[in-house]
Amino acid sequence: MKLQEYRSKEILASHGVPVSVGEVATTPAQARAAADRIGGPVVVKAQVLVGGRGKAGGVKLAADPAEAEARAAEILGMTIKDVTVRTVLIAPAAEIAHEYYLGIVLDRASRAVAVIASAEGGVEIEETARTNPDAVLRLPLHPLLGLLEHNVRRVAFFLGLSPDLRGQFGSILRGLAEAFASSDADLAEINPLVVTAGGELLALDAKIVLDDSGLYRHPDLEAMRDANEEEPSEIAAREAGINFIKLDGSIGCMVNGAGLAMATMDLVKLAGGEPANFLDIGGGAKADRVAAAFRIILDDPNVRAILVNIFGGITRGDEVARGIVEARATLQRQVPMVVRIVGTNAAEAAQILEAANLITAASLDEAAARAVAAARGEAPA
Amino acid sequence: MSILVDRETRLLVQGITGREGEFHSRAMAEYGTQVVAGVTPGKGGQTALDGRVPVFDTVDEAVRGTGANASCIFVPAPAAADAILEAADAGIGLVFCITEGIPALDMLRVYWVLRQAGVRLIGPNCPGATSPGQAKVGIIPGSIHREGAVGLVSRSGTLTYEVVQAMSDAGLGQTTCVGIGGDPIVGTSFIDVLDMFNQDPETEAIVMIGEIGGDEEERAAAFCAREVRKPMAAFIAGRTAPPGRRMGHAGAIISAGGGTAESKRAALQAAGVSIADSPSQIPSLLRAAGVR
Repeated sequence: MKLQEYRSKEILASHGVPVSVGEVATTPAQARAAADRIGGPVVVKAQVLVGGRGKAGGVKLAADPAEAEARAAEILGMTIKDVTVRTVLIAPAAEIAHEYYLGIVLDRASRAVAVIASAEGGVEIEETARTNPDAVLRLPLHPLLGLLEHNVRRVAFFLGLSPDLRGQFGSILRGLAEAFASSDADLAEINPLVVTAGGELLALDAKIVLDDSGLYRHPDLEAMRDANEEEPSEIAAREAGINFIKLDGSIGCMVNGAGLAMATMDLVKLAGGEPANFLDIGGGAKADRVAAAFRIILDDPNVRAILVNIFGGITRGDEVARGIVEARATLQRQVPMVVRIVGTNAAEAAQILEAANLITAASLDEAAARAVAAARGEAPA
Repeated sequence: MSILVDRETRLLVQGITGREGEFHSRAMAEYGTQVVAGVTPGKGGQTALDGRVPVFDTVDEAVRGTGANASCIFVPAPAAADAILEAADAGIGLVFCITEGIPALDMLRVYWVLRQAGVRLIGPNCPGATSPGQAKVGIIPGSIHREGAVGLVSRSGTLTYEVVQAMSDAGLGQTTCVGIGGDPIVGTSFIDVLDMFNQDPETEAIVMIGEIGGDEEERAAAFCAREVRKPMAAFIAGRTAPPGRRMGHAGAIISAGGGTAESKRAALQAAGVSIADSPSQIPSLLRAAGVR
């Protein structure tokens, strides 16, 4: 789960990192009042979780409160990569002498938490890593001891920080590492970390991405979830305990297991169709969850057919089939449904499905081909 | 022969009295696995599976009481990392963790502690392993298997079953099928299992089922090119997955410039592995590579 800039900054500030905090505003008038309280020139920044907001015109300077109001009026309501801006951050404008990148990431390749640092901040670190790999330090930390003092020194020397900045840098890196660990993050980054004209280090922008599996022990962070940037269908799915990601195609997919769900999407594409979603219904395929999954899939008006692929294994196929038929009867909108159930009692399952006028298939390839044909309005082959 | 689990495996189940633990312990025992002990703190002295399996309060007591040499963990995510460490502390050398949703930072510590202790961990968030005709540990349905000479390793659950079923239907049996788990930090990598299959004299061919995210498949491809001389076939799920989204498995995410299905397919193909577009093509690719 990604946190907005202002939330990420709040967390870093609570760990002693000097950040340009500012105030959030949801109306131009609020932006003006915030700029008035801050005093002096400010930056008006769109609070969206998608990248590239600067290029899209979502970050603007304002010399005074009146201009802050005008810039906020332009940015609020603007659409950046399909996300409507509903909140802006008003932060004091800083005079920048230099920009650094400083991040902490869970690095699965080295199975370690790693510090990433570069003296070329202010641009995407992936870009720097591609164009000038020597400018990026990737320092894995000890898995049990975490950030040690010699790690801090190594990063500070790599960045070429002047002696008078090294003490402040140490407390920033330690604060960042604490924030990372105590919030169960996948990523915590400051970009840019600037040296101001006054010779102080300051975090101008921050991003924290949380490990979804760690959220159960951080209800305070879970409460920071921004529903504005999620598909309503994805919110409904999460509440029903279903893994769901909306896509652009016409064939809704309902599958048990994440790997099989991806493979099912791939086969839809291979058969000449486009999947409308990724959906992993989880273990057991219980009737109430099947019903919720159907409603979520059919909420998408682009869906012309549904492909159900359940590898029952130990689950009894006839029970799953009955659940699907019952759930289908409760639906407002009906589209052709191709159902493939493998597992114990698969033959009985097929009888139940056929009696309810559902299209069945023995193999996954066949199921995908039939779903694509059904979405095109063709009769099953 | 086989790898990891066989007739000699003496299995302990942590969380045996829970709903999942009880159900799958029964299925494992019915398949022929020696389920010798269960652990549920506070239920020591009771029995599970209709009186056949003694339940202990701690793994330590269970090991001393029954000589268990492997553990299968079904405890809920908040307690699972500790359960893995408890098994390692008690001298268990092989731990399967089925539990999904363990925080990555917990797993990071567990990974290194187990590595230093020389304990083999499979998972977490994995379906386990089956050596057909001998034993199964975990949740893979026993009915889909057939005894034979193909080793299979996978990052997924039901997709694995799909491929195993297709192989068994085509008359291609398995030495062992191993699910290594879909999380970003897992105890055992593709390379670890490929190495075991490569050294197992009865495994004549190897099937690998990968998915988007990370670079495990690419590293495995480099290992195959260097070490493996047995015929191999692979399927990689997620060609249609959009970048930046977590596709169910915490590990299945395409990040900036890496982890795509195409890069994994290309790396494996360059290493001489036959690539399937559909799980159903795996048997014919194996036959074409000369597997009987």
